[in-house]
Amino acid sequence: MAHILLRHRDVENIHKLDVYRANGGYEGLKKALTEMTPAEVIDVVRASGLRGRGGAGFPTGIKWGFIPKDAEEVYILINTDESETGTFKDRELSEKNPHQVIEGAIIAAYAVGAKRIYNYFRGEFMDAGYAMEEAVQECYANGLLGENILGTDFSCDFVCHYGAGAYICGEETALIKSLEGERGQPWSKPPFPAIEGLYSKPTVVNNTETMANVPQILVNGAEWYTSMGTEKSTGPKIVCMSGHVENPGNYEVIMGTTYRELIEMAGGMRDGKAFKALLPSGGSGPVITADALDAPLTYEGLDAHNSVMGSASVIVMDETTDMVWAAQKMIHFFHHESCGKCTPCREGTFWMEKVLHRLMNGQGTEKDIETLNSVAAQMKGRTLCALGEFAINPVLSTIRLFPEEYKAKVKNSQSEDWEKALATQ
Amino acid sequence: MSDLVKLIIDGVEVEVPKGTLIVDAAKQIGNDIPVFCYHPKLEPVGMCRMCLVEVGFPMRDRATGEFVLDENGKPKLNFGRGLQTACTTPVGEGIEVRTTTEPVKDAQSSVLEFLLSSHPLDCPICDKGGECPLQNLTMQHGHGTTRMVYSDKLHLNKHVPLGELIYLDQERCIQCARCIRFQEEVVDDPVIRFHNRGRRTEIVTMSDPGFNSYWSGNTTDICPVGALTTADFRFGARPWEMKPAASLCTHCPVGCNTTFSTRREAKSGGKHVIKRVMPRQNEWVNELWMCDKGRFGHHYAADSAARLKRPLIRKNGELVEVSWSEALDFAAGKLQQYGTAVAGLSGDRLSNEDLFQFQKLFRKGLKSHNIDLAARRLAGGDVVAKVGLSSGSNLKELGKGDAIIVVASDLHEEAPVWWLRVKQAAERGAALIVLNVRSTRLDKYASHVRHYAPGQAVDAVRQLVNFAKVEGDSNGDALSAAAETAANANNLVIFYGSEGVDYEETAVIAQHLANLLLMKNGDGHAGRPNNGLIPVWPHNNTQGAWDMGVHPAFGPGYAALETPGLNAAAIYEGAANGEIKALFVMGADPVGDGLMADRGQLEFLAVQELFLTETAQLADVVLPAQSWAEREGTFTSGERRVQRYYPAVLPIGDNKADWQILAEIGERVGLGKPAFAASLIFNEVAKAVTQYKGMDYRTLAQVVKQWPDVGGEDGYYAGNAQKNRAGLGQVWASAAESGDAVAYDVAETAVHVNDGLALIRTAALYTPGTLISQSDVLADRLAQPTISLNAQDAAQMELAEGDLIDVNVAGDTIAALVHINNTPAGLMLLSGVPYVAGTAVAQIGQEIKD
Repeated sequence: MAHILLRHRDVENIHKLDVYRANGGYEGLKKALTEMTPAEVIDVVRASGLRGRGGAGFPTGIKWGFIPKDAEEVYILINTDESETGTFKDRELSEKNPHQVIEGAIIAAYAVGAKRIYNYFRGEFMDAGYAMEEAVQECYANGLLGENILGTDFSCDFVCHYGAGAYICGEETALIKSLEGERGQPWSKPPFPAIEGLYSKPTVVNNTETMANVPQILVNGAEWYTSMGTEKSTGPKIVCMSGHVENPGNYEVIMGTTYRELIEMAGGMRDGKAFKALLPSGGSGPVITADALDAPLTYEGLDAHNSVMGSASVIVMDETTDMVWAAQKMIHFFHHESCGKCTPCREGTFWMEKVLHRLMNGQGTEKDIETLNSVAAQMKGRTLCALGEFAINPVLSTIRLFPEEYKAKVKNSQSEDWEKALATQ
Repeated sequence: MSDLVKLIIDGVEVEVPKGTLIVDAAKQIGNDIPVFCYHPKLEPVGMCRMCLVEVGFPMRDRATGEFVLDENGKPKLNFGRGLQTACTTPVGEGIEVRTTTEPVKDAQSSVLEFLLSSHPLDCPICDKGGECPLQNLTMQHGHGTTRMVYSDKLHLNKHVPLGELIYLDQERCIQCARCIRFQEEVVDDPVIRFHNRGRRTEIVTMSDPGFNSYWSGNTTDICPVGALTTADFRFGARPWEMKPAASLCTHCPVGCNTTFSTRREAKSGGKHVIKRVMPRQNEWVNELWMCDKGRFGHHYAADSAARLKRPLIRKNGELVEVSWSEALDFAAGKLQQYGTAVAGLSGDRLSNEDLFQFQKLFRKGLKSHNIDLAARRLAGGDVVAKVGLSSGSNLKELGKGDAIIVVASDLHEEAPVWWLRVKQAAERGAALIVLNVRSTRLDKYASHVRHYAPGQAVDAVRQLVNFAKVEGDSNGDALSAAAETAANANNLVIFYGSEGVDYEETAVIAQHLANLLLMKNGDGHAGRPNNGLIPVWPHNNTQGAWDMGVHPAFGPGYAALETPGLNAAAIYEGAANGEIKALFVMGADPVGDGLMADRGQLEFLAVQELFLTETAQLADVVLPAQSWAEREGTFTSGERRVQRYYPAVLPIGDNKADWQILAEIGERVGLGKPAFAASLIFNEVAKAVTQYKGMDYRTLAQVVKQWPDVGGEDGYYAGNAQKNRAGLGQVWASAAESGDAVAYDVAETAVHVNDGLALIRTAALYTPGTLISQSDVLADRLAQPTISLNAQDAAQMELAEGDLIDVNVAGDTIAALVHINNTPAGLMLLSGVPYVAGTAVAQIGQEIKD
C-alpha cells in the first residue's frame, strides 16, 4: 500500500519542494485557496472525521470551528513537542516530509483566518526543525508563504520555535506559555486556546501528524478519507512500534488494524520470546495484555480493556519484563517531567517513585502496594492538566494486571529491620 | 438581561453578580471553601487543588438548546464533569455547588495529605504556627496521620535568604505562588520566581540586592504557611502570645492602617515590646497592603535606646534631668516673658490632638499667631479644603473613562501605596497623566507624559488647565491631548507634590489644579465622589496640621486671620536677628535639617521631642514626648480621612503625650484645667474645626463589613492582624461637595530660567533620617546620596559613573555617588539626602564643591 503520511518512503526527496509539488503537493492548498471558502474547508475536514493525532482525538474540524469568526488575530500552532515515551512519528514527518505538514497548516490558517503559523519543536528536535525551516524557506521563495500565497489575497507567515525540552510543553496551554517566553506550565481551562490562546488570541493547536493529514483530505475529499478506518476513527495512523519487537519503527496503517497485526508488521516478538504486555500509548496509557491484542487500533478500540490508543506509541514487552520495574521507569519519567504547578501531580509522582523505588530495592511492604494504589487513585480527576491524570496509568494498570509481581517483590524482601522500623512508626 | 446570577451552594440559594467565582459566592453566605493558592486580590490559578467542589451544571437539550427538566419541572443537573476548582469556576445561572459531599471531602483530605507529605511539620518552631492556614485547614479537613514513610520525605534548606529582609524555608513552601503572583500582578516587581520544576520547584530571587522591592513584607502575610518570614520577626514570638493593637503608619500621607503585635518580654524588663507590624484592612486606604518602610521602620518608636526619658533643663551649660513640674514651670514662665516675640514651630508627624493643643497654647495662651510647620514643603491646604478628594471616594473604583493626573511627585518613593493604587487604576483603564521634570516609575503606566523643563512646572500646569478650557481644540500637542482627556473624564483625581518646585510655586499649582476640577461652572469634577485634589504631603499628618490651624494665617478649620503671624521663614529670620526671643519647637529638628544654623539670638529655646536632636542639644528645656505607639490619637491622611490609632506599648520613661505637655503648660499660662484624655481634646477639635463636626472617637472607630472578607477559616490570612476591628476613619467633606467653591483667580508667575545645570532633589523611600535610622533591619537598604545626570552632561563635567563627589547639602558636605542615566539634559537629580524646602532648583556652582 502506498503511504499517505509517510510518503517519503515511496517518493525519494519529497522533502524538496519541486519533488513534493511534482507529486501533487500543494494541490490541496491551491484547491482551498482558489475554489473554497474557509467555511467549506472546515466542513470538509469535519466531514472527514479527522481527529487529533496527538492522542486526545478531538475532532479537528470541530476544533477549527470554535475559532470566533470575527476574531482579528488568530494563530495556528503546530505541536511538535513530541515527548511522549516511545513516540517518534512527528519527528520523521518533520524531517522527511515537512511540506505536507506545512501545507496542512496553511490550509488550517486559511480555514480559521490566521495570519501566522508557529511550529513548536521540542528542544532536542534540531534536525526536524532544520528540515522544516529549510522547507519553509522554499515556500517563501515560491509564493507559498508570505504575502499573497499562490497569487490569492491570502497571506500567512510561518515561524519555527524550539522549546527547551520539557514533556509538559506538549500540553497545549503549557506550550503556549512556553512560546510566549514564560514558564512552560499549563493553565486551568477555561479559557480554552480557541478563545484565548497565544498572546490571549484565539489559537488552533494541532499535532504535526494531524496537519499532515489535511492536504490529501482537501485533494481527495472527505469520502475518500472516511472510506478508510472505522466509523468513529477514520483515515491512516502512524504507529510508533518499540520495545521487544524485531523491527521497531514507524508504521503507517489504516485505523482498525489490530495490535496483533501491528506486532507482526514489526517483525514479531524479538528473539521469539513470548508476548507479555504492551503500553499502547507510551507511558501515559494503561498497560494491556494478550487478551487485548485483537482489539482494533481506534480511539475507542481499547475501551473494553480500560486503555486508550492515544498517540499510538506502542511499547511491546516480552515475558522477561519485570512489570514493577516498568512501572517504576514510567513513574520516574513522570516525576521528572511534572511541572510542579498543581499539588497532586507534583507530590503524587514524587511519592509514587519513592515507593516503587523501595519495592524494587526489596524494601517494600504489602502496605506500600496499597499506598501506591491509593496515591494514584487520589490523583485521579484532581490534577490541573492531563499529565498528572495520565501519570497514574502505568501504576494502576500494572497493579491491576500483575498483582502477583508486586507481591513477589514484597515477599522476597521482608527484612526484620524493616518490620521493626514499621512497628516504631 | 440581569447581571445577577442565582445559584445554590449546599442547599442555600445565593444571588451574586455574573462572573463571580464560586469560592467568592460561597464566602458571601459564610461558606469558607478551603484554599491555598487562591487569594481574592490575585488572579485565580487553580493550582493547589484544595478548593475542589462538585458542580452541577443545568443540562440543555442539544437540539433545542432548552433546559432538560426533571420530574419536578426543574432543570436537570449534570454533575458528570468531575470535581471543579471553586476558585477558577465562575458562577452560572441555576448551577448547584456541593462542598461537603464525600468526593469533595476525599479530595480535600487527599490534597492535604499530598501537601503534608513534603512538609516538615515543624509547627512547634514555626512563626506561622497558630495562625497558619495549612495548620488550620489540616485540622478541619485533613487526616490525623500520614502514610508517607518519614525517610521518603524531601529535606531542603530551611534558611534561604531572599535578600536580607525576607527568608525562605524551602521545606515549608507549598508552591502556591501567592508571593510570586503578588510581586508580578499586584506591585509589578517580578523579582522572585520559581526555579526548576516538579518537586524540585523552588522560589528564587532574581534581583540584586535580593528581593529588591518595597513590598516584600506583604508576601509573608499572604504566605499560607511559614515559608516566608521577615528578618525582623522570624523566631521572635508565637502568634498567640501577642496582642494586637490597631495603629497607623507614620511615614507618609497615605495613612495605612496597621496592627502592632506586642507582647511583654522578660528581656525588656517585663515591658510590652512591638514584635511586628502588619497591614490592617481598610479597602479605602491601603486595602491589605503596606510598604516595607512602614513594616520595618517602626523601631524608633519603642525599641530605640536613644529615646529621651525625662525632662531636661540647661543648668550651668549642661542639660540635666529635672522633674516634670520644674520643667513645665520653667517653660511656661519663659514663654510668657517675651510678649509677642514668641514663636512656635511644629513637625507634621504629630497627632491632631497635639497640633490643636499647640496652636491653642500659642493663640489663646500666649496671644501669638507666630506658629507654623518647621519644614514647609507643600502649600495648598486651603485649596484642598475646597476641592480635595470628595468623601465617599475610593481610588479602587477608578478605571476606564476616568483620569488621574500626577504633578511633580514620585509617588513610588513618596507614598508607595498611592503609587500602587494609581498604577492599578491605570491598569483598569484610567488615563494617567504625569507631569514632572523627569521620568518616574509612573511613566510606564501613563497614557500622557510631559517632562517640563526645570523651573517650568507652574507653566506646564497652567498650560494644561488652559488647554482643558478650550473644548475640542486639541492641537496635537501631548499636553493638549492630556487636557482633553482630563476634561472629558468621568472622574478626575489629581495628585500634586513638591518635587523640583518651591513652596510658593506649589500654592500656585494647587490653585491651577483646583480650577481644572471646578471647570464647567459647578458642573465639573470637584465635589463628586472619586474626584478631587490629593496633596502628596511630606508627612503623615501635614493635612491635620492645616486642619488644626498650625499656620500663621489660618486658625482651626481654615478660619482666615485678620492679622497673620510670622511664617516659618520669618521665624527663622527673627531667631537670627533677635526679633523672636523665645521659640518652642515640637517634633521637629530645624537645626539638624539645616533650616536654622544655630540658636541665633534666641533668649529661650524649648524643644519637645522623642530624641535629643541637634536642635534639642541647643535647648534650654527639653520635654520628652511619647511616640504614637505609646498613646492614642488621630491622624488625617492626604485623602482627608481622620483615623484613630491606639496605644500599643506602655510609655517609655516619664514621657507624656505631646498634647498633655502642651495642656499642662497651658494650665500654667491661664488656659485652665488640662483635659485628661486625647478623646476629650478631639471633642474640642470637632467643635473648633467645622469640617470635623460630628466626629468623635466612637464614630472614627466604626467598621463595616469589607470585601474581601479576611475573617473566617478559608486561609486568605488566618492570623489576627489583618482584620479591621478598630475603625475605618471618616473623611471630611470638601467645600465643593456642598457647592461652596469658586475658581481661583491665579496670578501670572514668572518662569524660572536656569543658567547651567539645574539641581533637583528627588525622593527615595529609604532616605536616611532620624526615624528610619533606628531600624537596623533596613540598614543595608538606606538610599546612598546619589547624583544622577545624563551622559552628555556628565562628560561635560568630567564625571564618570561611580565617582564620589562632594555635595553641599543644607550646610553639610555629603559624598554623593555619580549615577549616569536618562535624566533630561541640563538637570541633575540628588537623592538619598534629606529634603530641604525652598531650594528645589539651584545652581550647580552653589551646590557642588570640588
